[in-house]
Amino acid sequence: MGAREEILGRIRQAVRGAPEVEIPRGYRTAPPVDDLAGLFAERVRDYRAIVHVLPAAEVPAAITELVRGRRMVIPDGLPPEWSEGAEPAGGSLAELDAADGVVTGCAVAIAETGTIVLDTGPGQGTRAQTLVPDYHLCVVLAGQIVAGVPEAVARLDPSRPLTWISGPSATSDIELNRVEGVHGPRTLEVIVST
Amino acid sequence: MSATFLGMPGSFPNNAEKAVQNSQLRYNLRKATHTIRGRRASVVGELPDWQELRAAGKAIKDETLRHLDRYLLQLEEAVTDAGGHVHWARDAAEANRIVTDLVKATGETEVVKVKSMATQEIGLNEALAEHGIAAYETDLAELIVQLGDDFPSHILVPAIHRNRAEIREIFLDRMGDAPEGLTDEPAALTEAARLHLRERFLRSKVAISGANFMVAETGTLVVLESEGNGRMCLSLPETLISVVGIEKLVPSWRDLEVFLQLLPRSSTGERMNPYTSTWTGSAEGQEFHLVLLDNGRTGVLADEVGRQALRCIRCSACLNVCPVYERAGGHAYGSVYPGPIGAILTPQLRGMGSDLDASLPYASSLCGACFEACPVAIDIPEVLVHLRAEAPHGAAERAGMRLAGWVFGDRARLAGVQRLASRLRKLVPKRLPGPLSAWTDTRDLPDIPEEPFRDWWEREERHGRP
Ligand code: SF4
Repeated sequence: MGAREEILGRIRQAVRGAPEVEIPRGYRTAPPVDDLAGLFAERVRDYRAIVHVLPAAEVPAAITELVRGRRMVIPDGLPPEWSEGAEPAGGSLAELDAADGVVTGCAVAIAETGTIVLDTGPGQGTRAQTLVPDYHLCVVLAGQIVAGVPEAVARLDPSRPLTWISGPSATSDIELNRVEGVHGPRTLEVIVST
Repeated sequence: MSATFLGMPGSFPNNAEKAVQNSQLRYNLRKATHTIRGRRASVVGELPDWQELRAAGKAIKDETLRHLDRYLLQLEEAVTDAGGHVHWARDAAEANRIVTDLVKATGETEVVKVKSMATQEIGLNEALAEHGIAAYETDLAELIVQLGDDFPSHILVPAIHRNRAEIREIFLDRMGDAPEGLTDEPAALTEAARLHLRERFLRSKVAISGANFMVAETGTLVVLESEGNGRMCLSLPETLISVVGIEKLVPSWRDLEVFLQLLPRSSTGERMNPYTSTWTGSAEGQEFHLVLLDNGRTGVLADEVGRQALRCIRCSACLNVCPVYERAGGHAYGSVYPGPIGAILTPQLRGMGSDLDASLPYASSLCGACFEACPVAIDIPEVLVHLRAEAPHGAAERAGMRLAGWVFGDRARLAGVQRLASRLRKLVPKRLPGPLSAWTDTRDLPDIPEEPFRDWWEREERHGRP
């Protein structure tokens, strides 16, 4: 008998007669939050990321201020006004490694946990593009922010590779001292466009 | 190459005695467990529906286990449809063989690894080394453990037994490219690890990972991490091989809404861990292999009381609240799974043939703190009592006696054992059963303390016992 059949057989034997299970879902699926953008910004700041909350009209100028003259990775499908003034970086791993940063949009953002989710869709880059550069500038539209994790899971497409980002990379492995910036981008800057 | 726990000698009380004498270890453990415990309490307290999430998490895992055969087949189909390859492994040797063959087929002799307890459990690094394949751990703590030729001691912070000066020494001695003038500042040590691994990430062709969850409905795998080494391993190499225990499944995509709240808050005590990656089959053109691992899990599943251990999502909350773990340290448990969960999982996965494994069900004072902290409500004390009844007499008796002396050495442990006595009373009314019977034969059972153990413990904690 092959491993597959043997394991399945052992499982069937093991659970024979076990009771059926009801899953209670009494938890909150859509917590009420008055100021989604405000809570999101506060929670992202808690992770020691840099956050700006700006009216949509001011966003392009703010981005230009941040990326002018810097070699930035510019993903396919990024709105052109989100990278004005930047020098586009090349796409090889070595070029990503040498770039100053990457600018992206996102798929969904979660207020309660201060999380940004990328799904490699237009303007969000490949997984390598948002990982290798040391600086990540992410633009979040107010309409993309949901209150809690359940709403985010419902909006996301599992067939796409997802990256959930909550602050810059960090480790607490040495005597539990938190150090920001290990292998992922060491600086995360977020612009919330309202 | 870090050693494995397979066949590690000793018994829990022996190992615990040694650990208790190591004051650095005790200090580090105490600091770690108390810090994480505090963080966890505050972020768990933020959620008004924590108990509802916990009830859902428990039930989702029970449902998965009840129909594990069906969900595994569903997963296999979904992963295959999405361009991945699924392999089944009955035991460690079979899993190691599958992975070795897959790596050999790529022609590579080096692989990068992201922290995975399943691959530690099966001794994969050693198996690969026998075939001339070098496996590089990339999690900072695992790197410290691997370079130091050492064992991990905590699920979440495996190098918690090392202080910064020791880590600096290890890096200078073993890293090869540690910067001159390296200080023992955590930021400097972290930077050294970043530089050491970066080159390797960018050129590696094969990565090996575990997974925190697999979704049967969609074929999606999920990895939670902090440092970004997971993202590096999961997304850059051409070939990804994930070795995952069959119990890591959840039925539906929606179920992640529960576990992505339970796990980070219970584990690192954060609202969310810095990075979570999910992928389904072959992502962005990557070659993907999933190795489904049994290695004793179906045996655990067959035990009506013990099977709840398979709900475990490896958050380590039970370690951080355990008074025995805090004193004994992770190494005493002689397995990749330390602490209360290790005390119930290891003897079930490996059987209780060795003194060490037979003594593990005694590595607890049954105070119940682990059960309260567990995000999937595993009744660890219940399983411990159940396993004690099954432990082979001789070995367990010797181990239990040794442990009894150690446990009764202070009031905290004594109070905990009261609870053992009361839990067992319905089984054996007049004397403690098994290993503790010899002890009660020569001594009176201690008086019931004036206050419940938990109250005492919490009061003592507040006043900061040394
Ligand atoms: S037994 Fe529960 S508390 Fe312990 S690691 Fe597993 S899930 Fe976490």
